[in-house]
Amino acid sequence: MAGIYIHIPFCKQACHYCNFHFSTSLNHKTALVEALQKEIKLQKNFLLGATIESIYFGGGTPSMLTEMELMDIFSTLHQSFEIGKTAEITFEANPDDLTSAYLQTLVKSPVNRLSIGVQSFFEEDLKWMNRAHDANQAIDCIHEARKAGFENFSVDLIYGSPSTSNGMWEKNLEKIRALKIPHLSSYALTVEEGTALGSWVKKGKMPDVDPAKSLKHFEMLQQFVQKNHYRHYEISNMALEGFEAVHNSNYWKRIPYLGIGPAAHSFDGKNRQWNINNNAKYIQALNEGRLEMEKEALSESDLFNEYIMTGLRCDWGISKAYIAKHFPQFNNTFEKELAAQVQLGALVEKTSSFVLADAAKFIADGVASEFFVVND
Amino acid sequence: MEKFRNFCVIAHIDHGKSTLSDRLLEFTKTISERDMQNQALDDMDIERERGITIKSHAIQLYYDHSDGVKYTFNLIDTPGHVDFSYEVSRSIAACEGALLIVDATQGIQAQTISNLYLAIEHDLEIIPVLNKIDMDSAMIEEVTDQVVDLIGCDPSEIILASGKTGEGVQEIMNAIVDRVPAPKGDPKAPLQALIFDSVFNSFRGVIAYFKIINGVLKKGDKVRFVNTGKEYGADEIGILQLDQVKKKVVGCGDVGYIITGIKESKEIKVGDTITTIENPCSEAIQGFEDVKPMVFAGIFPVDNDDFEDLRDSLEKLQLNDASLTFEPESSVALGFGFRCGFLGMLHLEIIQERLDREYNQNVITTVPNVTYFAKSKKKGSEKFIVKTPADLPDPSQLEFVEEPYIEAQIISKPEYVGSIMTLCLDKRGEMTKQTYLTPTRIEMTFILPLAEIVFDFYDRLKSISRGYASFDYTPLDYRQSDLVKSDILLNGDPVDALSALVHRQKAEAFGRKICKKLKELLPRQQFKIAIQASIGAKVVARETISALRKDVTAKCYGGDITRKRKLLEKQKKGKKKMRQIGNVEVPQRAFLEVLKLD
Repeated sequence: MAGIYIHIPFCKQACHYCNFHFSTSLNHKTALVEALQKEIKLQKNFLLGATIESIYFGGGTPSMLTEMELMDIFSTLHQSFEIGKTAEITFEANPDDLTSAYLQTLVKSPVNRLSIGVQSFFEEDLKWMNRAHDANQAIDCIHEARKAGFENFSVDLIYGSPSTSNGMWEKNLEKIRALKIPHLSSYALTVEEGTALGSWVKKGKMPDVDPAKSLKHFEMLQQFVQKNHYRHYEISNMALEGFEAVHNSNYWKRIPYLGIGPAAHSFDGKNRQWNINNNAKYIQALNEGRLEMEKEALSESDLFNEYIMTGLRCDWGISKAYIAKHFPQFNNTFEKELAAQVQLGALVEKTSSFVLADAAKFIADGVASEFFVVND
Repeated sequence: MEKFRNFCVIAHIDHGKSTLSDRLLEFTKTISERDMQNQALDDMDIERERGITIKSHAIQLYYDHSDGVKYTFNLIDTPGHVDFSYEVSRSIAACEGALLIVDATQGIQAQTISNLYLAIEHDLEIIPVLNKIDMDSAMIEEVTDQVVDLIGCDPSEIILASGKTGEGVQEIMNAIVDRVPAPKGDPKAPLQALIFDSVFNSFRGVIAYFKIINGVLKKGDKVRFVNTGKEYGADEIGILQLDQVKKKVVGCGDVGYIITGIKESKEIKVGDTITTIENPCSEAIQGFEDVKPMVFAGIFPVDNDDFEDLRDSLEKLQLNDASLTFEPESSVALGFGFRCGFLGMLHLEIIQERLDREYNQNVITTVPNVTYFAKSKKKGSEKFIVKTPADLPDPSQLEFVEEPYIEAQIISKPEYVGSIMTLCLDKRGEMTKQTYLTPTRIEMTFILPLAEIVFDFYDRLKSISRGYASFDYTPLDYRQSDLVKSDILLNGDPVDALSALVHRQKAEAFGRKICKKLKELLPRQQFKIAIQASIGAKVVARETISALRKDVTAKCYGGDITRKRKLLEKQKKGKKKMRQIGNVEVPQRAFLEVLKLD
């Protein structure tokens, strides 16, 4: 079992909060799509012949790919990998790109799941975030996607933004319910360095995100998912039954994946590596038949820490049996910390694992780091 | 002997003493430019970084004077900080002259004055030097007036110099020959040598620096240290150039070193007299004192398992710093550690830094306190020493408690007198004298409890006087005070390491401030933290730190895992440096910073 991530590093315009790797200049687009295919071929043995169960086109904005470009990528993928018949193939798209014509292109392709960057149904929020779409497109694209035949799709929403009142957030969630959205990825707005928002906050031109508001919105989200029978299977992800994302879940289960494209990360079970986050240098290296990347070998404690970090974010939690089997050397400190966190009420016991209590989900990082094994 | 000139340098911190001393070394070619690191005499890293001299050193220079004679200079470098004034006094006692170096941009400071008075008391010939005259901000006339007023010299006797450009160095050399008297002593008398410093060398043991007042010292002599009464063989003797130079004899009036195989600095007391067993001198050189620590603080390992390592490190530190004292202490909050005695706050900071840098010890230093005396009401009980607030008897059992007082000299510009008065009165001080040294410099004398200046006094004085006030003190006596013990509780658990003895009238305000400060210093945690200050059973102040609201990143996909793991590892490392008290994690620095109450 393995997955492939393909990074499409282009955007029409820069959202004020986004720190992913992208370029708003399309000069190198053709060369980059060619380079992606070269990398796919170069890396065809990375996953040791495992069947591909999921492919994810992320960005940037994958919906900036033309039909031809998309078909070429799929063709190269099929030449280099064995892709499972029921593989989940997700495609990130922005509402303004999801015209009925483009949706037709996607339906004809192997893509079988969409992740739509709605972020909000309110004009004020979209303007504040510098999104390329408006409130009408946010709703229309969902109807169009369904009309085109996509039933399996996810919607992204951002909360905690200074532009989002509690009332607006409630209405955004209400729309999710009314539209019967099968999968929701909902993120607290985060001020990242190297973004427009980050620089404004640093210079004092804009207030920092209010953690109290983020928490309030998160609590509203928790109530919403409970009431409407979504499964809150990861801190920022919730799905109606059967619509959980296979590709993303596999990240948290530490299943190997190959990342294709500039800034894409790969994981083979023991090592993590990441490509250079520069389109020109990425293309140049592949033209020379090589990859420009960095790599880290994971130590036992790294693997342990990742197990805790990813497990605690998910509703399957962390298990004593798993630790005893895979990390016996850390068992004592693990059990001690586990008891302490249960005592504090941060963790609760389920049938065969321990999961974050609802009230502790918003401090998941702090709880995870308490378990961490670090060397001085 | 008439070719010897022994002199020291008196200067305030930053007045350029070390730089000017370096120029003298260069001028006499004692040190080649190639070997010249700035501040050659300060060889500990901390000294070079802080720009201060902690331990005094000595060096011999040779100067060809215009009269055709080659003179031997012994330059004795002295520490310039209030914590080390006893060492200064011993260095001064080994000299016949002193260069008084005054920064022409700043004028005379209190520390300079107290050391100058020491030099005058010892009849040293004073050669005043105005340094940094190359600077635009130099106030040559004004500072010349200050110096003339202070030592009553003729303005023409003041040498204008710059350690930076080397200007005036030649004149200084000539003045040393012409104005500093040669040492007087009787080479035929029994040996009398004054120990003015010692250093620890891990291969050779403790090396004592001395000046011969009378007699001569020969290699192999059997010697006695008069005050400690201990006897040794003079295994190696010599003089001090940039390195030690072995000699068979060190003559009367000269400065040298002696190695006797002593392994611990404690055995050598600065100020002691060396004589020979065969032909002992009839009396010791006057002025010997056993220096006692003024300030005590607890030093605890962050990780309790490191207790033995910490003990080893303190023992090693003590080998070359005999003024450091320590004894085991246990704290409910911090576990096992040591109660350490220091000469003052700077000394404390230096030890803390050396433990960290040279011995890699991760320690918590608690709020420092002075030593008190207390007497219990129990029949037949005697006055006893209180080194930590925990030693103070229950208030119902307490007959009285005494605290140490000091006399402080503060020199400043007249416009800051008001704020300095306010500060000193707030610190329970009483002004006893106020003198204008010059129309623009005023000297104020206060009687103050030492406890009030141990912490947070010097910094505040500097800030209210925009850096202009200088400060020096001498211990006075012990006086009875109405002191109470203020305790701090975190989520109901008392933290003994944060207890302090404070004056009853200030106790409530103190409790409020400390709670507020702790609220700033403690990070938010998974749960609410209650901070309380109490006096006896009565809670006098309370602050609450609400639980952490948000500590989670929104996204954790394939590309986020490495960065996120590293971030959380860093978070965990930060937590490991904190001390768990009950269920509250307290950062290391909080124990010392809590008392920095602006």
